[in-house]
Amino acid sequence: MAMVDQPLYPIAVLIDELKNEDIQLRLNSIRRLSTIARALGEERTRKELIPFLSENNDDDDEVLLATAEELGVFVPYVGGVEHASVLLPPLETLCTVEETCVRDKSVESLCRIGAQMREQDLVDHFIPLVKRLASGEWFTARVSSCGLFHIAYPSAPEALKTELRTIYGQLCQDDMPMVRRSAATNLGKFAATVEAAHLKTDIMSVFDDLTQDDQDSVRLLAVEGCAALGKLLEPQDCVAHILPVIVNFSQDKSWRVRYMVANQLYELCEAVGPDSTKTELVPAYVRLLRDNEAEVRIAAAGKVTKFSRILSPELAIQHILPCVKELSTDSSQHVRSALASVIMGMAPVLGKDATIEQLLPIFLSLLKDEFPDVRLNIISKLDQVNQVIGIDLLSQSLLPAIVELAEDRHWRVRLAIIEYIPLLASQLGVGFFDDKLGALCMQWLKDKVYSIRDAAANNVKRLAEEFGPEWAMQHIIPQVLDMINDPHYLYRMTILHAISLLAPVLGSEITSTNLLPLVVNAAKDRVPNIKFNVAKVLQSIIPIVEESVVESTIKPCLVELSEDPDVDVRFFASQALQSSDQVKMSS
Amino acid sequence: MNGAEVVAAPAGPPVPLDWKFSQVFGERTAGEEVQEVDIISAIEFDKSGDHLATGDRGGRVVLFERTDTKDHGESRRDSERMDYSLGRHPEFRYKTEFQSHEPEFDYLKSLEIEEKINKIRWCQIANGALFLLSTNDKTIKFWKVQEKKVKKIAEMNVDPSKSMGNGSTASSSNSISARPSLENGGFPDSDRSFNYLSSDFSFPPGGIPSLRLPVVSSHETSLVARCRRVYAHAHDYHINSISNNSDGETFISADDLRINLWNLEISNQSFNIVDVKPANMEDLTEVITSAEFHPTHCNTLAYSSSKGSIRLIDLRQSALCDSHAKLFEEQEAPGSRSFFTEIIASISDIKFGKDGRYILSRDYMTLKLWDINMDSGPVATYQVHEYLRPKLCDLYENDSIFDKFECCLSGDGLRVATGSYSNLFRVFGCAPGSTEATTLEASKNPMRRQVPTPSRPSRSLGNSITRVVRRGAENPGVDANGNSFDFTTKLLHLAWHPSENSIACAAANSLYMYYA
Repeated sequence: MAMVDQPLYPIAVLIDELKNEDIQLRLNSIRRLSTIARALGEERTRKELIPFLSENNDDDDEVLLATAEELGVFVPYVGGVEHASVLLPPLETLCTVEETCVRDKSVESLCRIGAQMREQDLVDHFIPLVKRLASGEWFTARVSSCGLFHIAYPSAPEALKTELRTIYGQLCQDDMPMVRRSAATNLGKFAATVEAAHLKTDIMSVFDDLTQDDQDSVRLLAVEGCAALGKLLEPQDCVAHILPVIVNFSQDKSWRVRYMVANQLYELCEAVGPDSTKTELVPAYVRLLRDNEAEVRIAAAGKVTKFSRILSPELAIQHILPCVKELSTDSSQHVRSALASVIMGMAPVLGKDATIEQLLPIFLSLLKDEFPDVRLNIISKLDQVNQVIGIDLLSQSLLPAIVELAEDRHWRVRLAIIEYIPLLASQLGVGFFDDKLGALCMQWLKDKVYSIRDAAANNVKRLAEEFGPEWAMQHIIPQVLDMINDPHYLYRMTILHAISLLAPVLGSEITSTNLLPLVVNAAKDRVPNIKFNVAKVLQSIIPIVEESVVESTIKPCLVELSEDPDVDVRFFASQALQSSDQVKMSS
Repeated sequence: MNGAEVVAAPAGPPVPLDWKFSQVFGERTAGEEVQEVDIISAIEFDKSGDHLATGDRGGRVVLFERTDTKDHGESRRDSERMDYSLGRHPEFRYKTEFQSHEPEFDYLKSLEIEEKINKIRWCQIANGALFLLSTNDKTIKFWKVQEKKVKKIAEMNVDPSKSMGNGSTASSSNSISARPSLENGGFPDSDRSFNYLSSDFSFPPGGIPSLRLPVVSSHETSLVARCRRVYAHAHDYHINSISNNSDGETFISADDLRINLWNLEISNQSFNIVDVKPANMEDLTEVITSAEFHPTHCNTLAYSSSKGSIRLIDLRQSALCDSHAKLFEEQEAPGSRSFFTEIIASISDIKFGKDGRYILSRDYMTLKLWDINMDSGPVATYQVHEYLRPKLCDLYENDSIFDKFECCLSGDGLRVATGSYSNLFRVFGCAPGSTEATTLEASKNPMRRQVPTPSRPSRSLGNSITRVVRRGAENPGVDANGNSFDFTTKLLHLAWHPSENSIACAAANSLYMYYA
């Protein structure tokens, strides 16, 4: 149709492609919606683009999702806040689609726009929209409406506020569980905007209904609301209204509900205050720690530290610690694993004496657990214990266990240990390290599993960084270099890898006098894989050493390799040569 | 059933229904050979009864929609007209069909995976779009069927014929890539051209008037089925059931040894809630044959086994429900054990009644109705295949004894139905005192094989055989007693309309509908 000027051609194509058959092109155009809007100008954006988008509601979900997202930041392109309400209709339509992620994004965008809108516009446009959605024919609209009340409510006049509260109450009793779930999820946000007087009456009665819902999935979400509501209420109201509910929930028939309680309980402690925590929540928590269902114990065990932090040390020692002891020998490995991942955090809470007396035996038993995840979780948090009980005690009691793990038959366990070695080394100090762990580090270089050898090479490098080149020269390099003569080519390759990692740490001098001769020697290996790895290592060493060394040693070696019968060796050798030329040129 | 003395039914048992033929889809013409792929393997009404879905061995799902609902909707305001429309019965028309599953090959296990649809379940209708789950032996798929506008672009900025060169449709993707500096695809050049636009080119405050939005001219719509999610790789054995939870967000899938729980929105993980696999497969004595969620209690589900038991599971009790909350099984009469006892006890299908109080189960010989509050035995047993008892040896030899017949309950819970051989299906009254037992044939004349005097169904009566008298030379499979058993024409799949007395059943590739 219209002839378009050359500079406008790209934007014209962009606009046309809003309706292209290729979804990728449509998506691209939607992502550029702001460019289109600027090209059309504010007025035509309002009058043409936005209505156009409103009609475009049966597109693919991916396009709708992108539209919903773009519209959320579109206020500047329609002429600023005074015209923001023009963006509501397309988002309203998007709030009713079937795909959850599109609806969620639309609600998010509506909230973002609503937060900027002028009060009168909210009353004239936003609140009617919320009401329309809340009475929508399809559950999808009603689900979306629940997430908008907290934006609509604050600016509503008194009569409308009453109506909104009533509507929310109805949504909490909707026929569709999906709507009730959404209402339960958003209750906390909405409640935060409701006046204190209505909070205690309307919102609490709505909350009570949700906590007694037939559907477990709704009650689950009501549990989540407990903590949020609890924080809004005065402590005495919280004790009167929320506490009984949560105590009840902690004994719910459904393990999933109890699981949620176990996850949320510590958040409520603050809201109800120390007295009720002691009398009501601690017993509830202890019950959950001893629940019949392993999943519940897993959740509860994972919160042991957080919960203990809220309590006084005495209470924690008196009530929580005995449970922790039981959990450390729980029949479910997952429970023990969850406990192991947090139990270290209890050390600072309990203090030195209790830790040594009570926790240390538990650490040790978990460290010897038959299930690798449990052992790993303990080791990954060792530094926290170190701070409390000190290095001597730690090394005395824990080190044997660590050495045992270093030889664990599960390679993932060994891998995890290796990753903690530099940390341990820094905590234990040079002297201690030499005695106990040095040999292990060498042993890993000859592990059967590649990942371990790879990690071991990295480990050697990190140790060199930690203790310095001199220490490395004395304690690591001789052993490492010894292994270059191993009969197995894979181990020789590991050493080459270690050399390439060590070279930058050790510096030019050590590299050229101690490492380089070995590498050059390895170029005469009978295995081509070794030879092309030599080429690679040489390439990485080139920038480190002096140019004279490159010319006298490295280059001749590479030239020789570049005439090797093996094609891969020739390839990597010539690549290395090329890069050496580049280094030269740039310097 | 123990009759009227137990439950005082003031109105007495409902009168037996008079079944009439309503519709047939895919009727076989005389002499037409049925293609294997066309054989129907699943039938399911949606919750409202306005839609019906069938699946077949070729992996296709066919949807039907009710044609008389629009009228119903209008007359809902004056309920008087509803009384007039007594003669009205659900009528359906073909809506659409789509290929749900394709044949696959599992290279790891060197197994062919058939495309046959094992089960279809409807999900919540949202925003006018239909949603359903369909499954073959291994993979469950979530489908959305929706009206889509057919786009036809009438006006564009860039003259299509010019920019395309040789193209003539509205799709400009090909031609665009011929002009790399101007395109808007996912290509690196596009960024360059737009960066040029945003940095060097400032738009006039009023916008550029010559640009216009594309105008869509055609407003035709077409039905499009899109696969929204695929729930795969969670079953080592063949999936026999899928069932939606009343919470609207989860469903289960059951194979021979395990039941998994899924969230509809999450396709990459599921939770194993029942696992009956023994540590050593040689110890295996029992497999799961069917599983279904309670229609209203989100935490209750039932599954049946090859040993003839039904287990009720309470999902609240623990995460892994290997121990059941209730076990329903019938004590076998002493001395009656034979080689076939265990085979014919295997339950092929279970269904909850609409209110969730009763469970209907089908084994090879009988239909049994169980009250979930009574685990001592079924409240009623209906003999379906008793006349086959002397033939069990033959049935075993030709594998017919392993046929899996489905069963269904009427929406009002007053009747039950199940299929049989020779394209017959049977309807029993299960209201107190009812003696209704009707045999129908999946043909245009369903009543032609009806017995004049229906016998009283009872678990105590071993001889309550409804004799199906076949007349004329058209019945080659009649034995000395006049019983029919044409084992090749079996009616395995049928479904009862959720709110009306209407049954849809599958005879090979034909879908027959009856009403009463």
